[in-house]
Amino acid sequence: MLKFALRRLVLALLVALTVMTLSFALTRVSGDLAISIAGASATEQDVALIRHAYGLDRPLAVQFLDWVGRAAVGDFGESYFFKARVSDLILERMPITLTLGLTGLAIALVVSIPLGVLAAVRENSWIDRLVQLFAMIGQAMPSFWLGLILMITLGLNLGWLPISGTGSWQHYVMPGIVLAFSAIPALTRLTRSGMIQALGSDYIRTARAKGLSRLSILGKHALRNAAIPVVSIAAVQLGFMLGGSIVIETVFALHGVGFLAWESISKNDFPVVQAVVLVLALIYIALTMAADLLNGLLDPRLRAQ
Amino acid sequence: MASDRGAPQARSVNRPPPEAKSLLEIEGLRVTFGQTAAVRGASFSVARGETHCVVGESGCGKSVTALAVMDLLVQGAQRSADRLQFGGEDLLTLPAKRMAALRGDRMAMIFQEPMTSLNPAYTIGSQMAEVFTRHRGGGRAAALERAAGLLGRVGITAPGMRLGQFPHQLSGGLRQRVMIAMALMCDPELLIADEPTTALDVTVQAQILRLLAELQRDLGLAILLITHDLGIVARIADKVSVMYAGEVVESGATAPIFAAPSHPYTRGLLRCVPVPGKVKRDELLGSIPGVVPRIPPGFVGCGFRDRCEHAVAGCAAPVPRQNAGGGHEYLCRLAPGWAA
Amino acid sequence: MRKAGLILGGIIIGIVLVCAVFAPWIMPQDPFAQDLDNRLAVPFWMEGTKPGYWLGTDGIGRDYLSRLIYGARISLLIGLLTVVTSGAIGITLGVVGGFFGGRVDDAVLFAITCRLAIPVVLVALAVVGLLGSSLTLVILVLGLLLWDRFAVVARSTTMQVRNLDYVAAAWAAGCSTPRILLAEVLPNIASHLAVVATLEMALAILLEATLSFLGLGVPPPLPSWGLMIAEGKDYMFFSPWVIFIPGVALFVLVIGINLLGDGLRDLLGTGDTR
Repeated sequence: MLKFALRRLVLALLVALTVMTLSFALTRVSGDLAISIAGASATEQDVALIRHAYGLDRPLAVQFLDWVGRAAVGDFGESYFFKARVSDLILERMPITLTLGLTGLAIALVVSIPLGVLAAVRENSWIDRLVQLFAMIGQAMPSFWLGLILMITLGLNLGWLPISGTGSWQHYVMPGIVLAFSAIPALTRLTRSGMIQALGSDYIRTARAKGLSRLSILGKHALRNAAIPVVSIAAVQLGFMLGGSIVIETVFALHGVGFLAWESISKNDFPVVQAVVLVLALIYIALTMAADLLNGLLDPRLRAQ
Repeated sequence: MASDRGAPQARSVNRPPPEAKSLLEIEGLRVTFGQTAAVRGASFSVARGETHCVVGESGCGKSVTALAVMDLLVQGAQRSADRLQFGGEDLLTLPAKRMAALRGDRMAMIFQEPMTSLNPAYTIGSQMAEVFTRHRGGGRAAALERAAGLLGRVGITAPGMRLGQFPHQLSGGLRQRVMIAMALMCDPELLIADEPTTALDVTVQAQILRLLAELQRDLGLAILLITHDLGIVARIADKVSVMYAGEVVESGATAPIFAAPSHPYTRGLLRCVPVPGKVKRDELLGSIPGVVPRIPPGFVGCGFRDRCEHAVAGCAAPVPRQNAGGGHEYLCRLAPGWAA
Repeated sequence: MRKAGLILGGIIIGIVLVCAVFAPWIMPQDPFAQDLDNRLAVPFWMEGTKPGYWLGTDGIGRDYLSRLIYGARISLLIGLLTVVTSGAIGITLGVVGGFFGGRVDDAVLFAITCRLAIPVVLVALAVVGLLGSSLTLVILVLGLLLWDRFAVVARSTTMQVRNLDYVAAAWAAGCSTPRILLAEVLPNIASHLAVVATLEMALAILLEATLSFLGLGVPPPLPSWGLMIAEGKDYMFFSPWVIFIPGVALFVLVIGINLLGDGLRDLLGTGDTR
């Protein structure tokens, strides 16, 4: 287990380094940063000045190592637009994005696990078909559009929930529902197929032969085994959801990290964009690693290896 | 007796003596899966404390019969019977809840696949204890104590350590011993064993069979053993039911059936088994041509007629059940003593 | 049931395809012609609809039906070209990794892991934001980002095919590696890849709409469905149909592609490749 954890850690570090290189390259291959920063009306002299001030006249390798070295200790430089430390900007807005992501994940789990179990227990019935149809609809629904539709119906017509902003917990309900829809189809299908597999297994027959109650057979014996892949995919989905929060935060004007990234992209504020890409990637890497380790803890067969 | 070997409160002491009364009575059991009649009017009974073997090729309805008794058939299977009684309870009309209360308590079952029959996510101790707490209540500690005692009883060393282990840490033979011990948790009256040794090595097979025979003797268990292996039948069965294509084609005490098999199918099965001293060197071992057919509902006549060397046109009509004396019955047109 | 899905999916895609190919002949109006006196005309099911404008007009008086039909072109074009690009990358990586195994496979797995760590929408937005929005760039960016599932499926199926007898026979007969890959491996994993292609196409269409909605996808005045929703957003509380119509079009097209994919999966018996 320890060896497995160590190997997983080395892999995570390598991936992180690669993503750092990519997110650095991203801003450098797309043209002269100094010109972008200086703006359209700047003179040649201004550009040269900016280039020197931001250290953009140094060799690329030096710039890269400098950036990596600083990023490793959490220093992502200063935002051109906000005139503030990038790390402060991200830290300040991260709680909103995390709240949104966790709300979305919670809603997704609460919806998809019961639905998946129900569909599996009633395999091939109309309930099963309805659940599968629901998953397909969820997959085909553009999230920003669903957000707007909810704003019109739940927000404007019914007046149940606030339309945008971050004032109270109600502000997270609609965005949470929309974000949940990006994970519900995958989690529902996984729960369903996991439960179908578990219910057809020999150990469930044994559990029935032992005279256990239906609740214990479904909830303890089948779900425990079906849940193992669901837990790890849920962690991965949370990573995707945080990455996808840019869309939902923009639609609902939630001032989280995604909104910050969108603002920075439109303002050519590269240090911020670069940092947000990196931070979200690192969170994803950490989550997948946590998922793998969690898997090892949940599945006794893996734990032994 | 068992009590000094670690199986506390063996109820067998207070039981009526063996052969007093049938524990399990099956009459005219029918199971169909859609267009396949898997069991077609099977009848036999198991007395308290006896070992009853159901024997036949794979696909002839042995396992389905066992699962039908336990009410463990897969969804979509149709079960009906003229009579299905266990220890005075009518299993046909018993509500699902009370049936579940019976399973694991008064009747227990072990399966062919010890590698997959235990839940990989829980420890041996947890899986054994839950049977006891479910049916007898009480604390988990008491249940674990009983589990440890039974693990010792089925010949597992260091039972205390095994309780904390997961199934994947045990070999196939050990897992089957765990399954047996788990089946004994509530001191059942009937143990149904569905091909319990088929998936195991030959040496382990012998150990498990010896264990079953010992438990049967010590605890006064009735055992319904499903097998395709006539060697096993000869060694441990008191009574035998030979099944073919969903019917019991021959039944009776073990010795007469082995001495004078009266159904052509039973004769065919016995010819497939080499018996030292009886079979000469270089003599070809027998075999039954063809395979077990899939029988649709509404089929009439002898199910074996397509593979039988004695088949005549009359075999397509309903077949009489004949008595060869001493409770030895068989299902064939041929008169008793035809083979002699 | 499943077959019905396949047929329904085929019909939906057929209709959208006809709209896309024959757009210039089908469109009742010029999709770019503004008419400020005829803004936000309502669609046919509402009262006060204008003849000739079946689905009404947008905020600057452009015919909505014509823009919707033209938008089908953009969605399908992006979907198809993205799948071609990402398929080429993903299949190459997956087949090479699955066939050669060992270090090569480790490298491919590593590439897939890295790719999955990159937040797609964010990076696509950033690149388009840096380089300026254009149709080509959107296709290129999505193509470069969406190859992971192709690689995963190509890799695992190639591993299965590699161990089959006839591949070993071709190997023993002295066929060259490229020949074995192209003539023996690829045809045998094609059905799995077809299913992945439908899933990825649906995803690419949704992502393009998302990028365009956020203003960093297809540049105006091109009528991408995502962009139509973005432009309609300002009027959505008073005229909800302006976001309703393009949204439904997008949703129906994606459902159609998914139905086709599910149907293909069952028809070709490729199991679960999701």
